[in-house]
Amino acid sequence: MKIKFTFWKLIFLAIMAIGAYGTYVRFFHGLGPSTNLSDQFPWGIWIGFDVLCGVMLAAGGFTLTAAVHIFNIKKLEPIVRPTVLTAFMGYLLVSVALVFDLGRPYNIWHPLVMRNPHSVMFEVAMCVMLYTTVLSLEFSPIVLERFKMEKPLRIIRGVLVPLVIVGVLLSTLHQSSLGTMYLIMPNKLHPFWYSPLLPAFFFISAIAVGLAMTIFESSLSSKYFKKQLELPILQLLGRVLIVVMAVYMILRFEDLFHRDMLGQIVNPGAHAYERNLFLLEVGLLIAGFVMLCFKKIRMTPGGLYLSAVLVLLGFVTNRLNVSITGMEAQAGVRYLPKWTEIGVTAAFVAAGFAIFGLAAKYLPIFEEEHGHSALESASKQAAKPEAAIGHAAGD
Amino acid sequence: MSKAILYDATLCVGCKLCEQACAEKNQLAYDDRIAAEQVQSEHKFTVVLSKDDKFMRRLCMNCNEPACASVCPVGALEKTPLGPVAYDAYKCMGCRYCMAACPFGVPKYEWNNVLTPKVQKCTMCSDRVQAGKVTACTEACPTGATKFGEREELLEEAKKRIRENPTTYVNHVFGESEVGGTSVLLLSSVPFETFGYPTNLVRDPLPLYTYRVLSRIPDFVPLGGVLLGGIWWITHRREEVAEAEGKKKENGGVR
Repeated sequence: MKIKFTFWKLIFLAIMAIGAYGTYVRFFHGLGPSTNLSDQFPWGIWIGFDVLCGVMLAAGGFTLTAAVHIFNIKKLEPIVRPTVLTAFMGYLLVSVALVFDLGRPYNIWHPLVMRNPHSVMFEVAMCVMLYTTVLSLEFSPIVLERFKMEKPLRIIRGVLVPLVIVGVLLSTLHQSSLGTMYLIMPNKLHPFWYSPLLPAFFFISAIAVGLAMTIFESSLSSKYFKKQLELPILQLLGRVLIVVMAVYMILRFEDLFHRDMLGQIVNPGAHAYERNLFLLEVGLLIAGFVMLCFKKIRMTPGGLYLSAVLVLLGFVTNRLNVSITGMEAQAGVRYLPKWTEIGVTAAFVAAGFAIFGLAAKYLPIFEEEHGHSALESASKQAAKPEAAIGHAAGD
Repeated sequence: MSKAILYDATLCVGCKLCEQACAEKNQLAYDDRIAAEQVQSEHKFTVVLSKDDKFMRRLCMNCNEPACASVCPVGALEKTPLGPVAYDAYKCMGCRYCMAACPFGVPKYEWNNVLTPKVQKCTMCSDRVQAGKVTACTEACPTGATKFGEREELLEEAKKRIRENPTTYVNHVFGESEVGGTSVLLLSSVPFETFGYPTNLVRDPLPLYTYRVLSRIPDFVPLGGVLLGGIWWITHRREEVAEAEGKKKENGGVR
């Protein structure tokens, strides 16, 4: 077999090689030598990016399945599959990333039997585990179709709506709970980010990121898989994104106002470092939001793509600010990730792109769903027999 | 009844016998080099800090309602009824949420242990206290600066000492109400922040901050489920009605 080495493949292999060496250092020399973590700073980018951002970037799964299967926005149907794939892959990568960060990864199953219901982390662990299971079921029709396994396919389609509802509930819980995790640190997290509303902020931003990520990923797919871009669909997502962003920004600034923090933005005193990174975060978000508001920009594929990227970068900065920037002052240390931490994280991102590419190539991700109408009626059939009879009679 | 340690910095002479006793009790190495270290670490659970001619101990505060035990997903950290916050390394999966959550920055990690890293901290000699003994540091203290007893009684005594010598002490028993109170109480003649004790602590127990949100979950699940199911029912019902009406028209209203 002849393998063609394109530029991107070489970059990919280089990243994977660094990641592999980082993996070796992590598991054969320990957390100390492989990270810049310390007693003062116990959580770095493996939590701040791999877990917090990873879960956030995978939020498209619940956002889009809810829009299509619960809110019945049929127009969005063609992009549900790639989005569910992104989400499923995201959660799998987050789970693997956790193995790197845990000091005793072989005990990762302990929350199943040693439950502490007062722990937010316990709740997050259970939700993420259950939701990954839900995603695997939501994703399974794609594989089942590929191998023409009709019977399990019918079963999955029959329980699709309850499955989607469970998925949305679980996502609501753990997306917000990642914010709740920081509620217990009122004297540690800088007041630019510490707020009683953290769970709401994390949840609303997850929806925004779910939409932005879908725009981002669809735009990229259309470019690399030479697929017709579903522009009207993405424009609709852009419109919804404006509303979600507006709600988020208003809530965020109302909260800053009520906690008397607006003055500190102008006049940060000793907190210039925090203020600057806060401005970077909010600047990116506002830039993305303002671009979306201009119809001329929103309606072009390039403009829409760029605004989505700005929104994504803004919220990634937000998660890193909450988990890293905001914790530095009280810890009394500055944290910068070690090359091993960056290498492993980069390998996860690269793996994400590669897995998506392979799945798109070998599985019916973008195919006009031939099972689509059958799926719809099957899910109805399961829930409302009399409607299904009418449906069948009408056919 | 809950036990506690009262440390009175004005009685301390900085002999560091408590450090040595702590190291022996926890089977940790102790020599002149380690004695000179002025930070708590995974091999030094208590430290006598000195600044000018003042001393101050740092050790796990063994909070009444500890953030570390509340956040631990597997319950590896646990507040025992007698007061000590104990740690079970067997349960621990190494997420280090305890370290992130502790308002005093007490739990330390064995960063260089590849396979079985532990969270390390003073556990107020949980096993000794269980057996009815005093903590190792209390036993070693030659001046009575570290005292062990019932928390209520020690708190009264601390307040009495401040009352009788108001010029000697800072008018504050550190640990009486910080984060809901701790099982280690401190008296000092200089402000506590001199030795790195945080002064921005809330009075409420920290676990309350997350539990206020977590306790809503059991209510949220059925509510959210019904809401989503309801939305599904409405959005799809409209469609069925439209479809049925369309059929009627097509068939000229017969059917």
